[in-house]
Amino acid sequence: MKKSHIFGIVVIAIAILIIVSTAGDASSYVTFKDAYSMSVNGKDNSIHVVGSLKKSISGEIVGVQPTADKLAFSFLMVDQNGHEQQVYYNEPMPPDFLRSEQVVVIGSYKGETFIADKILMKCPSKYQEEEVK
Amino acid sequence: MIHTFIGNAGHFFIILSFVTSILAAWNYFQAGKQENELKKEGWLKLGRWTFYVHTFAVLAVIYCLFHIIYNHYFEYHYAWSHSSRNLPGHYMISCFWEGQEGSFLLWIFWQALLGIILIVTNKKWEASVMVVFALVQAFLVSMILGVVIPGLNLKIGSSPFILLRDAMDAPIFQMNPEYVPEDGTGLNPLLQNYWMVIHPPTLFLGFAMTLVPFAYCIAGLWMGWYKEWVRPALPWMSAGALVLGVGILMGAYWAYETLNFGGYWNWDPVENAVYVPWLIMVAGLHVMIAFKKNNTALKASVILVITSFILILYSTFLTRSGILGESSVHSFTDLGLSGQLLLYLLFFLALSIAVAVRAWKHIPDTEQETSAYSREFWIFIGATTLCLMGFQVLFATSIPVYNAIVEAFGGVSNVAPPTDPVEYYTKFQLWFAVGIALLSGTGQFFWWKKMDKEKLRASIIPPIVISLLISTVALLVSGVKEPLYIVLMVATIYAVVANFTILFGLKKQSFKLAGGSVAHIGVAMILLGILFSSGYSKVISLNNSGLLFSREFSEEMNRENILLWLNEPERMQQYELVYKGQFQEVEGVPGYVDKNLFKTTPDQYKVVARGDYYFKGKKQFSKGDTLKVYPENTYYQVEYTDEAGKKFNLFPRAQVNPSMGFIASPDIRREFGRDLYTHVSVVPDPEDKLEWSDPEEVKVPIGGQFFINDYVAYLDGVQQVQEVDGMALAPSDIAVKAQIRIMAKDAEYTVEPVYVIRTEDKSAGTVPAVVNNLAAKIGFLAVDPKEGIFTFSVSKTQKDYIILKAMEKPLINVLWSGTFMLVIGFGIAIRRRYTEFQKMRDKQVE
Repeated sequence: MKKSHIFGIVVIAIAILIIVSTAGDASSYVTFKDAYSMSVNGKDNSIHVVGSLKKSISGEIVGVQPTADKLAFSFLMVDQNGHEQQVYYNEPMPPDFLRSEQVVVIGSYKGETFIADKILMKCPSKYQEEEVK
Repeated sequence: MIHTFIGNAGHFFIILSFVTSILAAWNYFQAGKQENELKKEGWLKLGRWTFYVHTFAVLAVIYCLFHIIYNHYFEYHYAWSHSSRNLPGHYMISCFWEGQEGSFLLWIFWQALLGIILIVTNKKWEASVMVVFALVQAFLVSMILGVVIPGLNLKIGSSPFILLRDAMDAPIFQMNPEYVPEDGTGLNPLLQNYWMVIHPPTLFLGFAMTLVPFAYCIAGLWMGWYKEWVRPALPWMSAGALVLGVGILMGAYWAYETLNFGGYWNWDPVENAVYVPWLIMVAGLHVMIAFKKNNTALKASVILVITSFILILYSTFLTRSGILGESSVHSFTDLGLSGQLLLYLLFFLALSIAVAVRAWKHIPDTEQETSAYSREFWIFIGATTLCLMGFQVLFATSIPVYNAIVEAFGGVSNVAPPTDPVEYYTKFQLWFAVGIALLSGTGQFFWWKKMDKEKLRASIIPPIVISLLISTVALLVSGVKEPLYIVLMVATIYAVVANFTILFGLKKQSFKLAGGSVAHIGVAMILLGILFSSGYSKVISLNNSGLLFSREFSEEMNRENILLWLNEPERMQQYELVYKGQFQEVEGVPGYVDKNLFKTTPDQYKVVARGDYYFKGKKQFSKGDTLKVYPENTYYQVEYTDEAGKKFNLFPRAQVNPSMGFIASPDIRREFGRDLYTHVSVVPDPEDKLEWSDPEEVKVPIGGQFFINDYVAYLDGVQQVQEVDGMALAPSDIAVKAQIRIMAKDAEYTVEPVYVIRTEDKSAGTVPAVVNNLAAKIGFLAVDPKEGIFTFSVSKTQKDYIILKAMEKPLINVLWSGTFMLVIGFGIAIRRRYTEFQKMRDKQVE
């Protein structure tokens, strides 16, 4: 066997390793229901859930509770199937949080609660392009 | 008035530059094909002139757009959405490339300039290289063409010269088509930073420079000069790798200074999209150098040069087509160009594959197996490592593309990128970095000498021994414990030592050859800097208050922020921290000025000074002056006192950003061995009005003592005044001012509430005094002359606070100094390669 063949095999092996490992590490967008059943089945890898904050009929956001020292908070989130879930986040509430239109939480279930490791927010721009003053 | 002329002129020049680029490509193509020398010369001349006209048209387009921005022609959508009247002059330049169209224009500009340089510096290569150049130019200009093909309803490109009334359907334009907005929406304040003035041009110059080696390569394959293209392409490949690399690092530095994720690199898709082509470019550069010495690696050079250019197009597609979604800080608005961008990518992909396949069997190759002691072997392994490094990043970054492809065929795909990108990428990149460090150290030995077992042993053992010794000391001092990090540390130290050994060996020959080893030392230093500053970045603002969020949570969910109340000292590791209040920047005044020193006016950019302000003993403004401030940014002064009692201040910033909401930026204290990185996580919402408690009445005689917000206060005196701030007094009015001294923890405050009696309408009122630092408001309610008793009202509000995060970044300076080494090394190498090309050209060979 020539050296270049061995070399080629090693390169291909590393490439396959990268692909397999990426497939393993890739997350997915799921609903709270799926996320919960995943965690019950012992799969505790972290996933993305897309949804929005729970609002009362009059349009006010409900269920947001910061801790006494404001260094962490929890909130109620409704996913795209309408499933409601309490989410904990171990960081101070991001200042634009209550204005967000859409929230993506990345994290996993711990028991009955969803613990977010990261929150991505989609905020409406204050200057919507349509508003020409 | 709507200035239509300038926009029409701009649009005309865009179309002109598009047409001339196609013509130039055609003329140069004919010149390249032509065998007859005389006819060839004719086509060449024509090609050259069309390209000159093209360049002129590009410059004219830039002038028109800049004219619109600079003169605040807000009837144009581009000026309206990227600029505003209050923008400082030097940021006008940043407005230019904030939008997609402007950044395309910047790219086009650099390429036109490079085209001119190539026309001037080349003889034999001009025609064939310029075909590729002009063709790429045509595709790029088409992105800003803004032409609708009638009948097909097909829009090509998005012009920056669109009027606001054409860009959007606002009712106002139906009422008044001549309407021009008073002001623009402004430049994103995050980009109002000097790095954003130089980072985009550098990056786009890097983009443009990848085209040069690509053009030489395609030209060589087309004309049958299968080997000759490498020499002229090589200095450009080096220069491109340098400029692109510096551009990326500038972006990283901007992110470190401006964004608050706590680092310089976030594995954001947009960052990855430039990182990958850069890696491939560096790999290509190495393979090309190897080819210069030996005939092998020519095919690899062709593949890598083409790939790096195609990857630039791919990254353009990723970042500008909207396929990545909104997860990235750089997000461009989607202009509906995705089809055009895809066409651009696929056209050049197909073209290069076709040209390469046709030429493939003619490209010389060596059948002979390369020996493990040859430099080619080592360079090849190094290049492969770089490619694999790029492949891993590319594969995961493209996840949204896979989803889009599956969905295009009617499938459903909901794959998301890895949830912890840093962990995912580091897992592989770290090992590749170890490989790079070891190879860059070892490869150099093979480069400069013919090696065999004996010689290798003789030259490699001393650096190994030295680096092991240094590593041992470093291990003891730094306390690095993770096995993986130890491996990387030893490998980078080895790379530094080995390259220094080479450098000293070379000094005897010529300094001109030192480029490689200097650049490699730079790379090793960058790796070492990254290892420490990222691997050992430590959050020092741990919450030690003992308050837990939930008992269900584990210890690891230790909170990493601390709460600081105004003027209340708080302990953080070895420091004592005091939050001292909100500050602002004032135009023409150095330092930050306490907001309490201003009275706001209806115009948010203007304030009136309440008192004099001195900076380093020099008076900057006086009471009553009207000043211009930058209202977007608020700076929070945090005073640090270390164990030795030494004090310093940091001013982390928070910004109310019109397009991105609230953004906190860090303030960094730079020390020799580490950076102290501090940013606010939360501040009270500036839009919330202060809520005052119900006033509490106190009655005191002169000299009497009372309490304001738990602080002892004294009424020092009462006197009549002729003037009251912010109020016009009639001659019959009587105004009395009380002087109250408050003894707070940190300082003594004097407040002067005023009591006004209007004899005309028999009424009385108070002008209360507010002490922001004590969250107190004191009003002067009544005077009882008989008893000599004065009545005051005291109301309280919530005290100002910030929630702060602080991190320590060790040895980050090694990273930045490594960057400088890299630049110097590249500089030396580029000079050497370019001199070689010049010599050959002047000998009439090229």
